[in-house]
Amino acid sequence: MPMTIAEKILARASGRPSVQPDEIVVARVDLAMSHENADLVRKSFAEIGVKRVWDPERIVIILDHRVPAESERTATTHKAIREFVAAQGIRNFYDVGRGGICHQVLTERGHVLPGMVVVGTDSHTTTHGAFGAFATGIGATEMAGVWTEGELWFKVPSTIRIEVEGKLRPWVSAKDLILYIIGQLGSDGADYRAVEFDGAVIRTMSVASRMTLANLSMEMGAKVAFTPADEKLRDYLAERAPAALFEPVEPDPDAAYERVIRIDASKELAEPVVACPHSVDNVRPVSSLTDIEVHQAVLGSCTNGRLEDLEVAACLLSGHRVHPRVRLLVIPASQEIYLEAIKLGYIQTMLEAGAMINPSGCGPCVGVHQGILAAGENCISSTNRNFIGRMGSKDSRVYLASPAVVAASALAGHIALPAEVGEEVFA
Amino acid sequence: MSRILTGRVAAVLPANIDTDIIYPGRYLNITDREKTAEHLFELAYPEVRAAIQPGDLLVAARNFGCGSSREQAAAAVKYAGVGAVIAASFARIFFRNAINLGLPLVVSPEAVERVREGDVLELDLEHGVIRNHGREETYTAAPLDPRAIELIEAGGLVPHLKRKVMAHA
Ligand code: SF4
Repeated sequence: MPMTIAEKILARASGRPSVQPDEIVVARVDLAMSHENADLVRKSFAEIGVKRVWDPERIVIILDHRVPAESERTATTHKAIREFVAAQGIRNFYDVGRGGICHQVLTERGHVLPGMVVVGTDSHTTTHGAFGAFATGIGATEMAGVWTEGELWFKVPSTIRIEVEGKLRPWVSAKDLILYIIGQLGSDGADYRAVEFDGAVIRTMSVASRMTLANLSMEMGAKVAFTPADEKLRDYLAERAPAALFEPVEPDPDAAYERVIRIDASKELAEPVVACPHSVDNVRPVSSLTDIEVHQAVLGSCTNGRLEDLEVAACLLSGHRVHPRVRLLVIPASQEIYLEAIKLGYIQTMLEAGAMINPSGCGPCVGVHQGILAAGENCISSTNRNFIGRMGSKDSRVYLASPAVVAASALAGHIALPAEVGEEVFA
Repeated sequence: MSRILTGRVAAVLPANIDTDIIYPGRYLNITDREKTAEHLFELAYPEVRAAIQPGDLLVAARNFGCGSSREQAAAAVKYAGVGAVIAASFARIFFRNAINLGLPLVVSPEAVERVREGDVLELDLEHGVIRNHGREETYTAAPLDPRAIELIEAGGLVPHLKRKVMAHA
């Protein structure tokens, strides 16, 4: 029976020749990731009453949400997690200063391979679909179950295929494309579904950009989101996981899709877009928003804190100063990216422009430290959520955009098109 | 718990109630489930939390619980005393989290259209029927998966697995 990527992976993981949408299967889990909420998982795990986790080699724990600890409560959580991983022999533990944002670290350290079933106690675990994995977020209690049994039930999702042809225009990025798609489909437009991205635009994208697509697919409700496991991915993994076998999972040509969406990027995406408060599907072109004043600009997160994101921002900022009203916060997604950005001079460029560099981690994305917004403030951010109070006061407003739009807006002091910012600010 | 639940509707909420609205990120370092209830709806609907009596029902339009995987969102609803949530649809992770904590969720677009705050409803989880005695109306709901009913009856995934582990010990 012809199958989609999601169906093939779930069939294999549940030991069946084939599966169909809506069937419930019990799949073995290849990789189980947690961050600070490992503390919650640990508590549920202790309540269940087994002594040892099912497989310490398949558990990865990465501290990222509140690093370094911003309060005594968090410090206590971190400590409890350290003690737990030591007691259980969990070697894949990335402590403060050793990793960065969980989704970035998991991939750059070569933990994720095509065909895997990956679960994480974080909704943006969909990111790992850019590595060909069936990767999805689960809650802490459910993770305690995975730690106990190494398996989990899934309802086989139906698949939406999104083919993006044409070419992305200058200054239009993967972030703009996925925000555009979410704007079209709505914040529950892919609820419970798998998404397969393909087409010329996707094939030419970097692995980093594909991670942005898979990451944000969560914001239209997707359970998993795949980009092709092609030569580009093979090259990336050859460096990151040299010992691993590369076994891409391709959809069958006559696989059954719930829906096929075709997008001509050259025609449909004339310019960069922004997701306006307070939902990710409230998407508008940048040129319609240029009267919105910006008080804080954030460049970072699991969506857009990678080297190519810092590079585009550094190019725009080079030789210029951030607008006096704006605080520009830059958060390299991992220690590795941070170091690379130093070597390439991006960090110096951004510091000279007046940016503040935060340590690698989630930073202000989740609204707990390092860049909280006051009432009445607007933030342009390369992160992935603009919900009420996400980054601070319930009366603050978060606008989601690409790294280029964030940098351009930081210079202009209002939401701005990267192409125009040069003329306007430096005339 | 019984497969038939009765409760008063404490509030009827709009679509896309996200997990930051249900439980703000700033309290994610609270890992005692019972304590999460103090911050339910804190930023957007503090009056709803204040109005909830034990056993009350919450009703919401589509995509309730979208956003983060934070289990505290489901825990806060449960430990605030909510007996069940009825919505036109639920976001995926919230749905699993709630069932895993033993909080019943019922999908019924029809009920969401018709019920008002203060109505008293009787929910038949197994057969997917909601009765509104005050209005003499009956609504169809999606019957809860037997696996979900089993978990809810066990009091959630932890007690369920505990029993399973003990049985094998
Ligand atoms: S960067 Fe933001 S969205 Fe990504 S894992 Fe951290 S808190 Fe979640």
